[in-house]
Amino acid sequence: MSRSDTRRRYRFLIGFLLVALVIAGGVSYLASSSPDGLDSVTLHGCQVSETSAGEQLDGTCIAQNATEHATASGPLADYSVGGAEHSVGIAGILGVIVTVLVAGGLFWLLRGRSTSDAATPDDD
Amino acid sequence: MTTTDVAMHMSDGIVNAPTSLIFGVISVLFVGLAAVRARADLDDRTAPMAGLVTTFVFAVQMINFPILPGASGHLLGGALVAILVGPWVGTLCITIVLVVQALLFADGGLTALGTNVFNMAIIGVVVGWAVARAMRGLARRSRGGLLATAFVAAFVNTVVASLGFVLEYAIGGAAGATTGTVFVLMVGFHALIGIGEGVITAATVGAVAAVRPDLVHLLRTAPRVEQPVARGEGTQA
Repeated sequence: MSRSDTRRRYRFLIGFLLVALVIAGGVSYLASSSPDGLDSVTLHGCQVSETSAGEQLDGTCIAQNATEHATASGPLADYSVGGAEHSVGIAGILGVIVTVLVAGGLFWLLRGRSTSDAATPDDD
Repeated sequence: MTTTDVAMHMSDGIVNAPTSLIFGVISVLFVGLAAVRARADLDDRTAPMAGLVTTFVFAVQMINFPILPGASGHLLGGALVAILVGPWVGTLCITIVLVVQALLFADGGLTALGTNVFNMAIIGVVVGWAVARAMRGLARRSRGGLLATAFVAAFVNTVVASLGFVLEYAIGGAAGATTGTVFVLMVGFHALIGIGEGVITAATVGAVAAVRPDLVHLLRTAPRVEQPVARGEGTQA
């Protein structure tokens, strides 16, 4: 593999990582806070109201059966850092770092064979 | 006492323990198979790509986009990963995202991990791949064909993945709504979410294909007929 190929490859990978960081660290502030499709379905039939003890569900809906998450008190629970407001971007950046290390590491260990640059004719 | 947090995936308690266990076992077996089969698709070039695709899905899943007043949707990513890194590696990508979200961000219950993996990492990826694979001729013909393939595969993966939840709810769902209601609402919401999923998937696949078509699994695994494309790409720099 030529050096310019290697450089080009790294440039692409670094660019990809930067895009992920910008999305998780910045664009995440623009995300809708409305319940997603699944949550909308499980909340169907309930009125959600904020109370000091958390959200209260009045009516009949599936979400009333949901149990507290086992790691709900974790440091990054609900995409915030220690529950701090406006910390979603920091939580997102930490998530990107963890994910790239975990996924990158696992896939690197799993890779079966090393190939030279020659495009591998892959029959699936 | 019921509390809900803003989360994107199934919480614990929505389906009963036996159902969670069944889908947990199916998911473990399938992900294990994927790990074995993925080795053939992973090399020095594609392994870093797979890691970054996983990271990208994690990031984009944080971005809930509005679909109706008071309701949002987010990327599931099945077709996206299948098209970029193939179905086996793709299943592992989404599984890793779901595990990180459940363990670190309390998003998606721990006992619901099997059902969430089944719906998004297995159904979503397999269906997304099946559609993309069926449309591969079109995808290879032109840039427009590739974008159309990505959009359609993503739309279908979203709707069919939502049926996974309906199935689990029908088998062992907690009370609160009839299966019929759940079916209608899930499909309705996810048809709208599927449009967003399609747009994001087409944009992402299009962007990768524009700079590194050799890293798009769907295009790469094709029988080597369209040599000029691959060659031309390789010589520029």
